[in-house]
Amino acid sequence: MLAFYAIYKSYFRLALMEQFQYRVSMLIWLLGGIIEPLMYLVVWRTVAQQQGGAVGGYTENDFAVYYIAVMMVSHATFTWIMWEYVYRIRIGLFSVMLLKPIHPIHNDISYNVGYKFLTLVVMVPIAALLAWFFDASWQPTLWSLAAFVPALILAFLSRFYLEWGMAMVAFWTTRIDAMNQAYIVTTLFLSGKLAPLELFPQFVQVTANILPFRWMLAFPVEILLGRVTPIELLIGIGAQLFWLLAGYLFMQLIYRAGIKRYAAFGA
Amino acid sequence: MYYFRLFATYVRVGILGELEYRANFWINMIQSALDLGVALGGLAVVFSHTDTLGGWRPEELLALIGVYFLIGGLIRTIIRPSMTQFMEDVRQGTLDFTLTKPADSQVLVSIQRVEIWRLVDVLIALPVLGTALVRLGAQLGLIDTVVFGVTLLCGGLIIYSFWLMLSTCAFWFVKVENIQVIFMSMWQAGRWPVSIYPAWLRAVLTFLVPVAFATTVPASAVSGRITDANLYGTIALAVAMLLVSRWFWRVGIKFYSGASA
Repeated sequence: MLAFYAIYKSYFRLALMEQFQYRVSMLIWLLGGIIEPLMYLVVWRTVAQQQGGAVGGYTENDFAVYYIAVMMVSHATFTWIMWEYVYRIRIGLFSVMLLKPIHPIHNDISYNVGYKFLTLVVMVPIAALLAWFFDASWQPTLWSLAAFVPALILAFLSRFYLEWGMAMVAFWTTRIDAMNQAYIVTTLFLSGKLAPLELFPQFVQVTANILPFRWMLAFPVEILLGRVTPIELLIGIGAQLFWLLAGYLFMQLIYRAGIKRYAAFGA
Repeated sequence: MYYFRLFATYVRVGILGELEYRANFWINMIQSALDLGVALGGLAVVFSHTDTLGGWRPEELLALIGVYFLIGGLIRTIIRPSMTQFMEDVRQGTLDFTLTKPADSQVLVSIQRVEIWRLVDVLIALPVLGTALVRLGAQLGLIDTVVFGVTLLCGGLIIYSFWLMLSTCAFWFVKVENIQVIFMSMWQAGRWPVSIYPAWLRAVLTFLVPVAFATTVPASAVSGRITDANLYGTIALAVAMLLVSRWFWRVGIKFYSGASA
C-alpha cells in the first residue's frame, strides 16, 4: 500500500508537469464538455418556460443546477483512454509501458486525476459563471454533500474500469471510431446527459436502471440536487459497487486476453 | 469552367484514394447514422414534453437538423480536410508545390483534399430535409424555396470564408489546428435554433463563430420566419466575408517565404 502511495505520488507529479506544457490545447479541449451541457440546459429551460415553469418535476432553476452539475460530474469522471490506447499500440508506446513492473492502469489513473486537478482551475469558475448567468440557486443539504463524495468516487472508478476495459479492444482492431461513437451515444441517452432520466419514457428509465451508465453520472448529480431519498441512496451505492466490481473483472479479463495477443508493431 | 474541371479531378483522386479503404464507408455510415439518431432522439424527447420549442414546430426543427447535417457534411468532406492539409503544408514547407502550380492558390488550397466517404452526412441529410420540406410543403412557395437555396449557399460561403481566414493565420502562427477544435465544439450548438440561447451565447454563435448563419438562417427560410433584413444581411455578410478572406489570403501568401528559405 505504501509502495503504491509513492508510485502514485511521482506519477502524479509527472502528469502535472507534462500536461502543464500543453495548457492552451488543454483549455481548448475543455470547450466541448462545456458547450454540450450548456446546449441542453438552454433547450430544457426553454421547454420548462413554455410549460409554465416546470416539466416532469424539474423547474427552470432545477434544469440550470442539473446541467451545471452534469458538466462538473462528467468532467470529473470522463476518460480519453478509448482513443489513446489505439494510438499507443499503433505507435508502439505500449511496449514501453509493458516493461514497467506495474499494471499500466495506475499510470492512466494518475494522469487522469492530474489532468482533472489542473483543469479544475478553469471548470470551477466556469460553473460559477454559468450559475450567475442563469441565476441558478442551489441549497445543498449537508448530508447530500456528504453522500456525493463516495458516489462521485465510485462513479469515477467504475467508469474508469469500464472504459479502460473497452479500450483494450485496440488489441484486436485499431479501427474503433464507430464503436466509440456507439458507446458515446448510448451513454448520452442512458446516463442523463441528454435529459434528466425522469423525462424519458418508462422503458428507457428501466433500461437505465439496469445498465451502468446512469450510476456514473445521473446518480451523483441527483444526489447533489437533493432528489435522492436515503433508501434510493443505499440502492444506488449498491449498484455502483456492483458495477465497480463488474468493471474491474471485465477489465482484468480482457486485459489478460489482450496481452497474450499483443505483438509490438515493427517487431 | 477550368476550376470546375480541376475540382472534378480532385474529387476523382479523392475517390481513388478512398476506394482503398472501403471499410471506411461503413464506419462513416454507422457514425453518421448514430449522429442522426442523437439529433432525432433529442427532438423526440423534447417534443414529448412540449409542442413548440421557442416558437419552432417539430418539422421546422427537422429542417434545421437537415441543414445542420448538410453543411456539416460539406465541412467534413471538403473544407476541413483541405484546410488541415494546408496547415500541414505550411508547417512542412510543402506549400511551395501548391504555389508553383499554374492555378489560383486559394482555389487549389480550398479543394485539394476531398474525403469522399464523409459525403454520407450529406446523403443522410437529404431525406431528413426532404421529409421536413414535404411536411412544411403546404405553406412553402416558390419564393421560399429560392430564398432557402440562397441562404444555404450564403451559409456555406460564410463558413468557408471563416475557416479560410482562420487557416490563413497559419502563415504567422504555425500551429493553429486547435482553432478547428474550437469551431467543431461550437458547431454542435447549431443543432438548435440560436434564438433559444441567451443573448451573450447568441452573440458568440452569430458573430464570433458564424454558426447561426449556416444553420438557423436557412432553416428559418423554410419555416417562413426569415425577415428581409435577415436575408439581405446574410447575403451581404457572405459577400463581405468572401472578399475579406480573399484579401487576407493574399496578405498571408505575400508573407509566406517557405519553410526552409
